Amino acid sequence: MEYGFSIAAYVVAAVLFILSLGGLSGQESAKRAVWYGIAGMALAIVATLIGPGSGLWLLSLVLIAGGGLIGWYVAMRVQMTEMPQLVAAMHSLVGLAAVFVGYNAYIEAARVAVMSEEARHALTGFAAILAHKTPVELSILRVELFLGVFIGAVTFTGSVIAFGKLAGKVTAKATKLPGGHMLNAGAMGISVILMLMFLNGAGAWALILMTLLAFFIGYHLIMGIGGADMPVVVSMLNSYSGWAAAAIGFSLGNDLLIVVGALVGSSGAILSYIMCKAMNRSFVSVILGGFGNTTGPAMAVEGEQVAIDAEGVATALKDADSVIIVPGYGMAVAQAQQAVSELTRKLRAQGKEVRFAIHPVAGRLPGHMNVLLAEAKVPYDIVMEMDEINEDFPDTDVVIVIGSNDIVNPAAEEDPNSPIAGMPVLEVWKAKQVFVSKRGQGTGYSGIENPLFYKDNTRMFFGDAKDSVSQLVNLIG
Amino acid sequence: MKIGTPKEVFKDENRVAMTPESALQLQKLGHSCVIETGAGVAAGFSDAAYKEAGVEVVKTAAALWKAADVIAKVRPPTDAEAKRLTAGKTLISFFYPAQNDKLLELCKGKGANVIAMDMVPRISRAQKMDALSSMANIAGYRAVIEAGNNFGRFFTGQGTAAGKVPPAKVLIVGAGVAGLAAIGTATSLGAITYAFDVRPEVAEQIESMGAEFVYLDFEEQAQDGAATGGYAAPSSPEFREKQLEKFRELAPDMDIVITTALIPGRDAPKLWLKDMVEAMKPGSVVVDLAAERGGNCDLTVPDEKIVSDNGVTIVGYTDFPSRMAAQSSTLYSTNIRHMMTDLTPAKDGVIVHNMEDDVIRGATVAHEGEITFPPPPPKVQAIAAQKPKEKAKELTPEEKRAKEVAAFKAQTKQQVTLLAVGTVLLLAVGLVAPASFMQHFIVFVLSVFIGFQVIWNVSHALHTPLMAVTNAISSIIILGALMQIGSGSWLVVLLAALSVFMAGINIFGGFLVTRRMLAMFQKS
Repeated sequence: MEYGFSIAAYVVAAVLFILSLGGLSGQESAKRAVWYGIAGMALAIVATLIGPGSGLWLLSLVLIAGGGLIGWYVAMRVQMTEMPQLVAAMHSLVGLAAVFVGYNAYIEAARVAVMSEEARHALTGFAAILAHKTPVELSILRVELFLGVFIGAVTFTGSVIAFGKLAGKVTAKATKLPGGHMLNAGAMGISVILMLMFLNGAGAWALILMTLLAFFIGYHLIMGIGGADMPVVVSMLNSYSGWAAAAIGFSLGNDLLIVVGALVGSSGAILSYIMCKAMNRSFVSVILGGFGNTTGPAMAVEGEQVAIDAEGVATALKDADSVIIVPGYGMAVAQAQQAVSELTRKLRAQGKEVRFAIHPVAGRLPGHMNVLLAEAKVPYDIVMEMDEINEDFPDTDVVIVIGSNDIVNPAAEEDPNSPIAGMPVLEVWKAKQVFVSKRGQGTGYSGIENPLFYKDNTRMFFGDAKDSVSQLVNLIG
Repeated sequence: MKIGTPKEVFKDENRVAMTPESALQLQKLGHSCVIETGAGVAAGFSDAAYKEAGVEVVKTAAALWKAADVIAKVRPPTDAEAKRLTAGKTLISFFYPAQNDKLLELCKGKGANVIAMDMVPRISRAQKMDALSSMANIAGYRAVIEAGNNFGRFFTGQGTAAGKVPPAKVLIVGAGVAGLAAIGTATSLGAITYAFDVRPEVAEQIESMGAEFVYLDFEEQAQDGAATGGYAAPSSPEFREKQLEKFRELAPDMDIVITTALIPGRDAPKLWLKDMVEAMKPGSVVVDLAAERGGNCDLTVPDEKIVSDNGVTIVGYTDFPSRMAAQSSTLYSTNIRHMMTDLTPAKDGVIVHNMEDDVIRGATVAHEGEITFPPPPPKVQAIAAQKPKEKAKELTPEEKRAKEVAAFKAQTKQQVTLLAVGTVLLLAVGLVAPASFMQHFIVFVLSVFIGFQVIWNVSHALHTPLMAVTNAISSIIILGALMQIGSGSWLVVLLAALSVFMAGINIFGGFLVTRRMLAMFQKS
């Protein structure tokens, strides 16, 4: 096939990918959008296979089919609560693939460089592209593949650690080696020096050493970030995997890789930005871990937590006309979404207005709660974002907070010395009654007291979220 | 333990300290209940209803006082009643220990424990047993109803076929619990309501109830309610003058005045003077909720309704809660029940009189033959200290416009700067980089731009599917591997094969899981 055909196919594929991302603006169009993505990917692969430069067709197809089988199996089996882990694990694959492809480019370049003039003309495919490069282009190539490998390597170990943290296999606490950020900065500095040496003709050792350093940076960077900041981390890694693909695209001279890499990269960057904004923290402070310094002693919390039993909550629900449920990571941990959905269904059948309020950083992945609720068949038109619903709390009879803490903490608004001061929060305390379903009297991720639990209109409904809500379902019945 | 409630002996007292409902709750705590026959009749609870709730009904007061370990009642005991107390018995009622020191001495002599419901400290967790507040709430409501009863016109303004009716104007003096309840009742009946209080921090509460706060322009008026446990403190003579001047100015306009001003431990301040009553229109009504403590109005006669020379009705009843006995008994018995809940922490019917507990300590005025009044200050501060609040300044249209223009200019400036820096950078790159690189670079920049434009429109709810789908398409890296797999070097083939394999997992996994998620989103 002609080269022109591949380019044309790539253009169509790129358009399909853009449509696919654009289609995610609404739930209905999203169902179509995913097919655009699939079509785009199929087209891109077919075009590459029959285009110039590829070989070993059969092996490629077998490998894709084999990988696809595993992918299919995992995708069908995964629990919706395990989505964050899955996404992180898949990012690591992209990262590692980027490292390998980068290495290959280097090996090929080295192989072509030593060939004679006639042998070069006989080359096909990627090697042929390399063979026609001028010296300047070759050194640019080196920068590009160096960057691609670096970002890919950081993405790989970072994603593996993020996966471990989300799956509970690695401690979710922020841990750092002695030296902290200086270690990262040092590794970063050495990498830059290695890049300069690599440009000036240093051999494969520079590339390999840099890869090891990048692995370390990825590991150490993510180890230093706590569990609740994971939404930012995952979307940041998402962004990195895109940039890695784009960098590799440059070194291979493949526009589709560049386009898609840039799309994914900017998508992840925007998601990170949205998450950071929702926590009122700068991107840098999230990545560097820990909360900012407080300017004075936190406001003392007064009063006591008043507990209530299921019957009390059920009575309040029966009397209420409007109910808002605020789910958090605790709901995912307890797998309570089915029970919550059942409760919603029953309350709605009794003619009550039931809605859900979702904070942007609830859960461990952007949009995590929406997916869980959708899985439990909660209609998406009653699931509201913070900005849509925050003004409605004063007119609400009952708010049920299930497994969330910091995102409903009034200290963010009331106490300028609080570590989370200024973070936009769901103003649940303005409702007439608030019930907080919670396992025990502990503090949230940020380790700060939540004055909400001590408010006069708040009652604590202690116990496992799933059991508690199931009890309510029976009592409402 | 056995909890007993006698019939109230005070003249015209209709309330009762135990209802069938509260008896049920008390039994859940492991206690048994006993009541004197006919105790609840005036409040609308028959003996039969009590029996049904499992309460033992005894014939005489003497038998009841003998049988019960804990006696819950409403009014302070009479001397005759107090003499029936013995060591080990506990009395729970309103007691007013500051005014009733002889009675207190008598109870102490008997060795009984006395919990005064009027001494429950005003802290958050004690609100459920704050009987003063629940009674004041009823008094505030009833005051408006009583005023309406004596007022010859509608509260709400109406334009009827038979002519226009102006709305009634109501002034509430003192915005404590009773005052706020009165404001709520008056506004919901449709009256134009004004309210005054010496504590500026209640302005917000007054406005939230729908009344207009009467501002007093006075320098020293900033009283901090936190210092006095949420109650008003006496004001300076200058302040008082200013206040009376304001009232004088308002008096001719007001149809109904409800005064609720009380200062703890003092006689009620005189705020509505004779000349103000004289300035009011005939047919107007003054309801003085402070009548029991001498009244806020000069002309008030406690327990009576009088009509002034110029036809203004002045109501000085002191038994508003008792006039709504069914409601007030329900609330009061619930307050008592909450007190019992705190006294029986294990819910096993055993009373633990924990003198370390702020609430129980504060309310207990006699304990095991000792007088424990006045209590030490509570460990927990009642109300957070008042913070100076800055009111957001209302912007004039010009200022708003100027602000918008400034914001627009800043935005333009920012965008232009970014564009300029971007262009310069691009040009700088273009100077050194070869044309082939620049081609790809343009594609890259444009793609980033498209990415930013497209992703901003993605709805928040779909962020997880977005991540899954971007993850799937980021395995476009497979193209690179596919291009390299045909190479001559075995190492390259191996690495490329591994990459193809991993990307394959990602493509299928990513798209399938996205599809699964999106299929779940359903409309109701």
